[in-house]
Amino acid sequence: LCHFFVQVENVRLLDRLSSRRAVLGTLYLTATHVIFVENGSETRKETWVLHSQISSIEKQATTATGCPLLIRCKNFQVIQLVIPQERDCHDVYISLTRLARPVKYEELYCFSFNPKLDKEEREQGWKLVDLSGEYNRMGVPNNYWQISDVNRDYGVCDSYPTEVYVPKSATAHVIVGSSKFRSRRRFPALSYYCKDNNASICRSSQPLSGFSARCLEDEQMLQAIRKANPGSDFIYVVDTRPKLNAMANRAAGKGYENEDNYSNIKFQFIGIENIHVMRNSLQKMLEVCELKSPSMSDFLWGLENSGWLKHIKAIMDAGIFIAKAVAEEGVSVLVHCSDGWDRTAQVCSVASLLLDPYYRTMKGFMVLIEKDWVSFGHKFNHRYGNLDGDPKEISPVIDQFIECVWQLMEQFPCAFEFNERFLIHIQHHIYSCQFGNFLCNSQKERRELKIRERTYSLWAHLWKNRADYLNPLYRSDRSQTQGTLHPQIAPCNFLYKFWSGMYNRFEKGLHPRQSVTDYLMAVKEETQQLEEELEVLQERLANLQKSQSGDNKLKSKQQDRSKQSGLYTSNNSLANTPQEYSSDLKSFPSRSPSQGDEEDSALILTQDNLKSSDPDLSANSDQESGVEDLSCRSPSGGGCLPSEDSGKDSDEAVFLAG
Amino acid sequence: MEFAELIKTPRADNVVLRRPFHPPVEGTLCLTGHHLIFSSRRHDNAEELWLLHSNIDSSDKRFLGSLGSIIIKCKDLRIIQLDIPGMEECLNIASSIEALSTLDSVTLMYPFFYRPMFEVVEDGWSSFLLEQEFEFLSSVTNEWRLSYVNKEFSVCPSYPPVVIVPKSIDDEALRKVALFRHGGRFPVLSYFHTKNGMVMMRSSQPLTGTNGRRCKEDEKLINATLRSGRRGFIIDTRPLNVAQQARAKGGGFEQEVHYPQWRRIHKYIERFNILQESFIKLVEACNDQSHNMDRWLSKLEASNWLTHVKELLTAACLAAQCIDREGASVLVHGSEGTDSTLQVTSLAQIILDPKCRTIHGFESLVVREWLQAGHPFQQRCAQSAYSNSKQKWEAPVFLLFLECVWQILRQFPCSFEFNEQFLIMLFEHAYASQFGTFLGNNENERAKVKLPQKTMSLWSWVNRLEELSRFQNPLYEANSLVIWPSVAPQSLQLWEGVFLRWNRPSRFLEEAEAERVHLVRYNKELQARVNALRRQLAQLEMGEEGQQNP
Repeated sequence: LCHFFVQVENVRLLDRLSSRRAVLGTLYLTATHVIFVENGSETRKETWVLHSQISSIEKQATTATGCPLLIRCKNFQVIQLVIPQERDCHDVYISLTRLARPVKYEELYCFSFNPKLDKEEREQGWKLVDLSGEYNRMGVPNNYWQISDVNRDYGVCDSYPTEVYVPKSATAHVIVGSSKFRSRRRFPALSYYCKDNNASICRSSQPLSGFSARCLEDEQMLQAIRKANPGSDFIYVVDTRPKLNAMANRAAGKGYENEDNYSNIKFQFIGIENIHVMRNSLQKMLEVCELKSPSMSDFLWGLENSGWLKHIKAIMDAGIFIAKAVAEEGVSVLVHCSDGWDRTAQVCSVASLLLDPYYRTMKGFMVLIEKDWVSFGHKFNHRYGNLDGDPKEISPVIDQFIECVWQLMEQFPCAFEFNERFLIHIQHHIYSCQFGNFLCNSQKERRELKIRERTYSLWAHLWKNRADYLNPLYRSDRSQTQGTLHPQIAPCNFLYKFWSGMYNRFEKGLHPRQSVTDYLMAVKEETQQLEEELEVLQERLANLQKSQSGDNKLKSKQQDRSKQSGLYTSNNSLANTPQEYSSDLKSFPSRSPSQGDEEDSALILTQDNLKSSDPDLSANSDQESGVEDLSCRSPSGGGCLPSEDSGKDSDEAVFLAG
Repeated sequence: MEFAELIKTPRADNVVLRRPFHPPVEGTLCLTGHHLIFSSRRHDNAEELWLLHSNIDSSDKRFLGSLGSIIIKCKDLRIIQLDIPGMEECLNIASSIEALSTLDSVTLMYPFFYRPMFEVVEDGWSSFLLEQEFEFLSSVTNEWRLSYVNKEFSVCPSYPPVVIVPKSIDDEALRKVALFRHGGRFPVLSYFHTKNGMVMMRSSQPLTGTNGRRCKEDEKLINATLRSGRRGFIIDTRPLNVAQQARAKGGGFEQEVHYPQWRRIHKYIERFNILQESFIKLVEACNDQSHNMDRWLSKLEASNWLTHVKELLTAACLAAQCIDREGASVLVHGSEGTDSTLQVTSLAQIILDPKCRTIHGFESLVVREWLQAGHPFQQRCAQSAYSNSKQKWEAPVFLLFLECVWQILRQFPCSFEFNEQFLIMLFEHAYASQFGTFLGNNENERAKVKLPQKTMSLWSWVNRLEELSRFQNPLYEANSLVIWPSVAPQSLQLWEGVFLRWNRPSRFLEEAEAERVHLVRYNKELQARVNALRRQLAQLEMGEEGQQNP
């Protein structure tokens, strides 16, 4: 039961930015993790990486010191190992290549992950996010919308959920007819309903219009959507593809709606590039992030050249357009791209987020992902490469949506109940396969696999640890949190910023060394304690005054909060470690050994850097970051994801010892 | 001169004021000798805009029929448009603005006319005396002395009357050293690192010339800052080839043979005219209205502004590292020692010295390392990013310094007593102000026009409780450590508070800041209430015990 596939000693874990900061240790491969355990040091720092996080393994040319192995992860961690023996390195490479590409769902971590919850707790966890409740919250069913059972056995569309909302006037005949005229039979269905003005967002795939084909039922379907919003005499049909791509599709018998055939539609292209362009764009941006010591020009030029922020902006622009149509014009919108499961999901969820403050709460955001992504058949397995598959199917579609949310958080700091960490952890778990939520490509597949009976829900896990994910600035009564968000339209390019918290997530040295969020959360927590204490004290005072001469003295527990300073110790330890600012210092005689003092205990390593021949000037993080951050998935509870693995700790430790 | 001569049309009605993110407002425009005043007539929401003429960087007029428009670009980077009916009025007003915003005599500037509406509690002109600094220094070391060798500004015209120099060097030697340094700027103490006794000195380049002239007193002076057996670093803010070329013009650098105990590091920091160009390009990029993301990023890149930020921060970190980590003393200079030198020495102190991260400490730093040290504010800040003058001496040297402070503040948001607004306020006042603090190019010039007697100090205003509260960082917790910022491109951001200030809606960011302040303030209130209650209870209980056990 408990064995390692491979165990290699005297492996060096390199700091990506400074070869001088390597640590020696032992490498283990288990059924689920790559584990690196540092030698020597009392803490025996551990680095845990799930196989499902591995995106590529690269064996580099053997050098005098050993055989380097580069592991790139889907959560943007990069691990560089040097293995002494070429043969061991080859073994590790071969094993990892196999382990990182499971062929069956059952091999994924969520089927062995056991957070020690009983059956009932697991079921409760899965019930936390309830989609039918969500549609009720939106205000459907009502006079205009009803739930349709045409897809109850996935008979009409196997990538759609069983429960789909459609206009009341759309008969089963119309729905089925329309589905036959749509790519992969993804017929127009309700994504968001605005009960204030009856405007709605519907989603579908592209019509099979070719150059001239028509479908009466499909035309009736769009009419029905328009009629479900009596306040408006037309609907927008938004094709989120670049016009050229959509036109090219006509040659393959697909395409887009012809305004002449559909009465009362306004057709609109909003060019978002396809998954291949996005995959390459991310690749290019990650190359920039990986540069060893980029100049400002290298970095900005690389960022521009990757096109990443341009793509993020395109998605936002589409979302903003739709939100505006719904909120300001009161016009319903039908959104599609090609198959309607990537760009359409991005755009519908961005628009929903802008429109409805509920989705900006923690629970609401879970619901949003469940609604627009999970239930409508976003192909998680293909896009995020959970099982070995076609690499051309892989694309950071939901990553882009998550980044859009972050960009909005930057513009509206008080509008979201959750913080950046929440987004980062969701991204992490989309790839980790530790929870069952994002398995497979559709609801149908997940039901067949009995995901709910065999795995745990991420949402319950995040909800349990929600204190870690709160935005201290969020107040539900504030103007930003209410109503529709209106991001600035123009000029707005400068509003889109590189997200180092995500893409350089594991390089702590690059991030602000003190967290405003953590500081304010600590303040809020203390405020709450103070409020409670104030109440107790007031009560005591009242009692005391009442019984001036009485003998019922109330002695309640006295908390000592005079030691204020201990509370917010921020990250001063991090503050005290310089980067390498120059290689010019290297040949200078080093200072006397007596000079080390208490606050500089980490200094020895820095001295090494000063003497190193490393020419890099800037990108070095402090010496703690390389190792400590890697350990975030370790069972000993490393710093970066404090809550994430709390459940599995003991299990894994035993696993390791065995 | 009478200002009235320059104002042919002192008042115009039905003027429309246009600004980004605000609906147009109709009102009355008035011109005074120092202000352009616009007031809307609407009584429900009366609005007034007061703009100092000295804040106007450039103005343009254009006509559409008889409706004239004046587009005013300010030194604080804002752009406004005034639509003025009547061609003559518009022309008159435009030419008045042009004339009044380009007055070149210091004594005609507004600070000489400004009468404060507040009570002066503490005169800012005497808030930061070098003697006070020296008193503190004397308590930790006795190796330094105050020298009044420059009290007539005759040894070095750009130095203050008092400087701190090694005790072992007498005034006679200083005079000789001054002759060996560009502009007479002999090495003086900039910072003493209490933790290990290392120091940072600053000066201008040595005048070695092509034949390698040396000056024994100069060598003795800077060696006097070293502990026995130890060496120091000279950080030259020019690249080696520029330093070499400087010899042809009589300048130069310290050669190893004559300064064997010193190691020279060339850390290139861009000269002021290049900075000015970069500043202009950046502001152009920020005002670009296009929807094209690529264009924005390439313009941002092409401006090179963030490159300058990165280079400057790196040099400052290096200086700080030499002092704190290498335990070595440092001498910083470039050519004149009035620009990049001061950027490096002052930023290194932000990194090293927690005192400089307080409001009072930072003000003191600006006074010591910029104003008294002779940074030519009047020249550098004469024009801002919209200038089209081809004069060579304008440059955002001080702004770049403030931006670097902001970058560090962003990375250590809990370690500064002041907030971003404080830095922005200093930027504004350096370019246009009712206060005399930033007028003149050095103490000599300030003394000549009697600024301290005739104008109000910025510090007299800022350091009043009412104003200070606007500039306090609610998250501040004294951090006694050295703070090492990251200088990686991923860690540096555009300073939106200055460069996008007028191009983005600020409401949501302001709400967030207000919430931060509120959270901390409420917490402190509760603490005070709990403490008061505790005391009250303790007294009551004591009294009760006293009754029970007499």
